[in-house]
Amino acid sequence: MSTGIKGVLSNRLSIASGWSPWLFLPMLLLLSALAALGTGRFAISPDKVFGILASQVVPLDVFWTETEARVVMLARLPRILMAIIVGGGLAMAGAALQGIFRNPLADPQIVGVSAGAAFGGVLALLLFPSSVLVMLSAFLFGMIALGVVYWFSHAGGRSLVLMLVLAGVVVGALFGALVSLITYLADPQDELPAIVFWLMGSFATASYEKVATVAIPVLAGGMLMYLMRFRINVMSLGDEDAGTLGISVQRSRWMVLAGVTAITAATVAVAGVIGWVGLVIPHAARMMTGADHRTLLPVSALLGAIYMLIIDSIARSATAMEIPIGILTAIIGAPVFIVLLKRNKLGGWHGD
Amino acid sequence: MGISIYKAGFRYTEWAFRDLTLRVEPGEIAAILGPNGRGKTTLLKAVLGLLPLEEGSVEHGGNPGYVPQSAQTVFAYKVIDMVLMGRARHVGAFGSPRREDYEIARHCLDRLGIRRFENRLVTRLSGGERQLVLIARALASGCRTILLDEPASALDFRNQQVILDTLRSLAREHGMTVLFSTHYPQHATCLADKVLLMQGAGSHQFGDTAQILTEENLRQLYGIEMRSVEFTHNGSALRTFVPAFGFPDRDVEISRGVV
Repeated sequence: MSTGIKGVLSNRLSIASGWSPWLFLPMLLLLSALAALGTGRFAISPDKVFGILASQVVPLDVFWTETEARVVMLARLPRILMAIIVGGGLAMAGAALQGIFRNPLADPQIVGVSAGAAFGGVLALLLFPSSVLVMLSAFLFGMIALGVVYWFSHAGGRSLVLMLVLAGVVVGALFGALVSLITYLADPQDELPAIVFWLMGSFATASYEKVATVAIPVLAGGMLMYLMRFRINVMSLGDEDAGTLGISVQRSRWMVLAGVTAITAATVAVAGVIGWVGLVIPHAARMMTGADHRTLLPVSALLGAIYMLIIDSIARSATAMEIPIGILTAIIGAPVFIVLLKRNKLGGWHGD
Repeated sequence: MGISIYKAGFRYTEWAFRDLTLRVEPGEIAAILGPNGRGKTTLLKAVLGLLPLEEGSVEHGGNPGYVPQSAQTVFAYKVIDMVLMGRARHVGAFGSPRREDYEIARHCLDRLGIRRFENRLVTRLSGGERQLVLIARALASGCRTILLDEPASALDFRNQQVILDTLRSLAREHGMTVLFSTHYPQHATCLADKVLLMQGAGSHQFGDTAQILTEENLRQLYGIEMRSVEFTHNGSALRTFVPAFGFPDRDVEISRGVV
């Protein structure tokens, strides 16, 4: 082996083994969260933020105003928690999907679940505009979309990855068309703006109930995928190889997909369709830690949480008007994706 | 326990093989020869239990290890992580490899003499090294029987020798049952105790290497002229087969130095 390759190799490995993401990333997440609590059109100094948080558990002399405490505890904290949960969940779901589909372009939108959940949410906004029903309906239709994809891809007997992706595209297109139909039918005075704004994605309406609503499915789905982290490695070898290693490929795949659906449907339900996070973050994480899903999944989750937190802080504080988060993730995500791919052509990927 | 196949038949639409009976004992090596698309890989998959037999039966002591023709690595896994995947059967859907799985994986790397690659990326290895990693992965499952689909086909001569040596030591020193497919009759002559010739559509021959590997049988199998060549090397008599691809005049001209 030439020294050139050896050099590259040892370099890569030292990054992978000598650098611990387990210390650095949680610290970064914590610091970003503290910074985000103080940031906004109504700026609050870090010592006050810290004091307000600490006073929740220990009695402290109050050196902040009532308004400041309310902004931190009631407006910003739930919103920040939501961004962390949604970003972490979507990034982890994307990493798992790229693994089981052996495809660098897979993300939670590819299995049609996002479109299904979007349709469910929009339908509820049109018929019974209550936030609980919007969430429930989005979740329900996300699950229905996965069910249709499952049924579709089994039409020819065995379910192959190609059939699954095709079914995902078809189901996604169908629900996308239904969403367009509803926006076309919606009353342009009040229904349409609500639908459009919801579709673009936002954390603006965050509350502790919403945090709880999204946290349960995301944690459940995330836990399922984390438990299956080694199995995802095996599945990423492809159906044939994985089968010869003695695992049930089909059942494993649907279990991972169920986790992905729970996460995607829940995030769409509370925050609308947020693209690009599930696509870009796993690539960045893979460059940091290598391809092994046992580390890739948790690192993706941490990185996704940090990324979403930062993007949302920009979305709510950069301009006088709030920028919809789905727009920002695309505007930032697309160029970041190109830079990542150009800087490290392989990045844990080897092509097929 | 070895491998016992009794009157086995499998078909997609036409029979890939039918009425196929063979027996390979522990410590024995068997080679499968046959033109492309005549059921070699299909037979291996059927023995693994991945394809359901239409008729007959297959017996083997426990789950065989399998080395695929080529690994299409999409992800750049480390060698140790790749070998650990051989433990998938034992780890369970919700588990992750433990210390003992790591020990078994490292032991398998040691056995094949590639422990030094442990932390390299699989994508940075040469074809021969990668093939050894795949064999280590199969061994990590704890199998007593190993099936290999053209393990040496894409390799240069030196690496073919390495793979053949490895298969030999698995059978002779560790008492494993080895069944491999190949396009090189010389791999069978130098290594295999038994040979299976697969001509497709239910036509096949199985038996001791010396009886089955003849010029006439290979000529029929491949449909081209095959010659047996015997020579001595380092004091031992060797035998191999050479395909005569059939441009005699040109061969003469080359030997005279004309071309």
